[in-house]
Amino acid sequence: MNLLKETSHLIKDNIRDYGMYIALVAIMITFNVMTSGTFMSSRNISNLLDASGYIAVLAVGMTLVIVIRHIDLSVGYVAGFLGAIAAILLMQQGLSVWLVIPIILVLGIVIGLMNGFLIAQLGIPAFVASLAGMLIFRGALLQVTEGTGTIIVQDDIFNAIGNGYLPAIKYFYNRHVLTLIIGAVGVVLYIFSELKNRHDKSKYNFDVISMPIFLIKLVFVSAIIAYITWILAGYNGISWTLVIVLLVTMVYHFITNKTVLGRQVYAVGSNPEAAHLSGINVKNVTYMVMGSMSMLAALSGILYTSRLQSATTTAGMLFELDAIAAAYVGGVSSAGGVGKVTGAIIGAIVMASLTNGMNLLGVGISYQYMIRGGVLAGAVIFDVITRKRGK
Amino acid sequence: MADVILEMANITKTFPGVKALDQVNFQVEKGEIHFLVGENGAGKSTLMKVLSGVYPYGNYEGDIIYEGKVQQFNKIQDSVNVGIAIIYQELALFPDLSVYENIYMGNEVKDGGIINWNQTIVKAKEMLQKVNLKVNPETLIKDLGVGKQQLVEIAKALSKQVKLLILDEPTAALNEDDSENLLELIKELKKQGITCIMISHKLKEVAAIADKATILRDGQTIITLDAKKGEIDEPTIIRHMVGREMNQIYPERANRNIGDTVLELINWSAYDTQLGRAVVKDANLHLKRGEIIGIAGLMGAGRTELALSMFGNPKSYKLMGSMALNGQAQNFKHTSDAIKAGMAYVTEDRKGNGLFLLNTITKNVSASKLSGIAHNGIINTNEEIKVAEHYKNSLHIKASSIEQLVGKLSGGNQQKVSLGKWLFAGPNILILDEPTRGIDVGAKFEIYSVMNTLIEKGMSIIMISSELGEILGMSDRIYVMAEGKITGELDRQEADQEKVMALATK
Repeated sequence: MNLLKETSHLIKDNIRDYGMYIALVAIMITFNVMTSGTFMSSRNISNLLDASGYIAVLAVGMTLVIVIRHIDLSVGYVAGFLGAIAAILLMQQGLSVWLVIPIILVLGIVIGLMNGFLIAQLGIPAFVASLAGMLIFRGALLQVTEGTGTIIVQDDIFNAIGNGYLPAIKYFYNRHVLTLIIGAVGVVLYIFSELKNRHDKSKYNFDVISMPIFLIKLVFVSAIIAYITWILAGYNGISWTLVIVLLVTMVYHFITNKTVLGRQVYAVGSNPEAAHLSGINVKNVTYMVMGSMSMLAALSGILYTSRLQSATTTAGMLFELDAIAAAYVGGVSSAGGVGKVTGAIIGAIVMASLTNGMNLLGVGISYQYMIRGGVLAGAVIFDVITRKRGK
Repeated sequence: MADVILEMANITKTFPGVKALDQVNFQVEKGEIHFLVGENGAGKSTLMKVLSGVYPYGNYEGDIIYEGKVQQFNKIQDSVNVGIAIIYQELALFPDLSVYENIYMGNEVKDGGIINWNQTIVKAKEMLQKVNLKVNPETLIKDLGVGKQQLVEIAKALSKQVKLLILDEPTAALNEDDSENLLELIKELKKQGITCIMISHKLKEVAAIADKATILRDGQTIITLDAKKGEIDEPTIIRHMVGREMNQIYPERANRNIGDTVLELINWSAYDTQLGRAVVKDANLHLKRGEIIGIAGLMGAGRTELALSMFGNPKSYKLMGSMALNGQAQNFKHTSDAIKAGMAYVTEDRKGNGLFLLNTITKNVSASKLSGIAHNGIINTNEEIKVAEHYKNSLHIKASSIEQLVGKLSGGNQQKVSLGKWLFAGPNILILDEPTRGIDVGAKFEIYSVMNTLIEKGMSIIMISSELGEILGMSDRIYVMAEGKITGELDRQEADQEKVMALATK
């Protein structure tokens, strides 16, 4: 009885944080039932995660941009353009892939700083500044691919980024052993960090959830991690794309939660005036966030080009809107100051799951757009309502 | 002349926790110029908001009797319809629209639902003539000075057949000539039978043109003075304005150890390019180690602007004059420079620009000195928690834990968080802007005690306050400001309520 009460309290108080996880689980179960198990098959989940990688990294950057109350519409074509530049450098200039990747990322940062200059220095609304960027880079993409049309990339290392998997070392009952090991390490690390967290909290006499609930949570989350790795291990294991997305998530999660810079980002987003009066340089923070956004756009371009093994004239189209949608589904607040990097990843997976599941079910593309639009609207309505109730 | 146009009887208006108006009685006769006078927070503006329907009927107690009838205004439009117009200090004009569009905004000249612009211009010209404003009605509002904009507002009121015109501090933002003009116009309108209620802090004006003056203090009517009986003069008004009992207790300070000058301003001026006027004019001021200086003044006197101009100038005023800390001239480029130099500024509007309401106490306290809890840019969470716990305990912040969101704390506790946030930055000079506004007596006393402890440790405090009691009770020296100028400096011993008020209304 007490357990139930605490659970319902916990869900009520943290509905904003848990909402999207609940939604994701609900979506996955629903699709799995409707497709009689195809949705959660090893092959499908593996594909789903790999196909959402280039949007997921954009959503991470976009979350921070929205947290500081701006927007970046240029990221789609920046990704497309820089993906094409990567293909040109590899195939036409013959540069090594180990040189191309850093060059592209640095170009991304430069583009982001230019956006930052327009927004922070000249005070142009981010919407307009990045709309201009969107047009410019769309043109630039056409310009560089005009002569050749689609550029086919024939570089095994580069193509592995979007299509390759970690080596298996060995198979165990047809399961990818390295993946299983990584999953096991993940579970151990998760349990360890939760225990440490709980220990720290009780050291300072903060409220902690009761022991049974804590154990249930540990078992539940560990089971999910184990289940997903088990599924992935049944196909080709963990892909390089997934490794990159996880790395980006971890780095950004660390920066936003544990560093001065991260703290400043949220301070600027939650109250720019108070941030300025607290001695935080709002302009510099804006530069950093816009720079990081375009760097991730460059990464997204690399992931996408590699996945297609070619740079096309339309690469990057509507990426920005998918990323924005993923960020909002992931719980970022349009009022600024609120939004988590992990949420953005979940948001991207939710949106990818919807597309994937509906494709499996053979839902027409017209309905797909409508349903995804409905989910986006629903997520924002949910955010607004829970925020009001919080007050 | 006993023709009463307006009577407000036994008006009481409460906000959560505060009685803003307490049984106020206020009577205005037809065709008179009636001033409402009182300190900040005396209830003048609230009373006028009740009258104009900003606070709808049922939201207050008491009766409004206008032209012999009890009125129940549910919205502003209701009061406009019976001929009451209110002009706020912050003008409600559309800067990018023309004069004639502004005059008839919301009251358009229409033929069968379609606006007749030619007719509008013709009518607007008539209205402009009535207020003696010689401008082309097609001029954009933003191209006019504040004085002329004010006249456009009055023209707008006249176009609605106004009978009772309310002006909230109309001359606060005007220069001498424009003020003069406006007062002439008011007298002119009086001849045309328009009744006028004015809120003003400038007692010279009151003495010059008032027929009557009602004085409010702490939400109560103190007295109505009549010019015909020769009752209206500055000393009398001041006496009634300040006659509050000094029953607030201030903590004793053990010893006054006043040291060398730590901060000095010489001919310090700040020009606000957005407002197009100087907000601080030729201020000369100094602050010594271990000293509290009080900066008194009425609303709009330029006190907050003075603080901002010293504290890294976040509003980008054009600054003139010199500022020195410990004898060294300073030229801060950013608030972070001011913080590094040992200054801290606890803002007046803690919700608006002081705190991060959606964040926890912990994250607020560390915000102005993140370097203090971080090594190589990485935050040490344990260190941060220790800091937050320290300030929660030493400032007696009442919260379930330091993980509580600041937005959910009471005003007094929010103020303590704000204070803690700045104490953590380790300042030598602490600027407190209205440190006890909107917080209860107990919390006030605690904040005063903290101030004394800090002073004893050798900090220096600049306290901006509208509360005379606090200014007199806490300060070692008092500077009084009015219209951006420092109008006087008083020593602790010589200062009293009348003297401060006389300087503030200069």
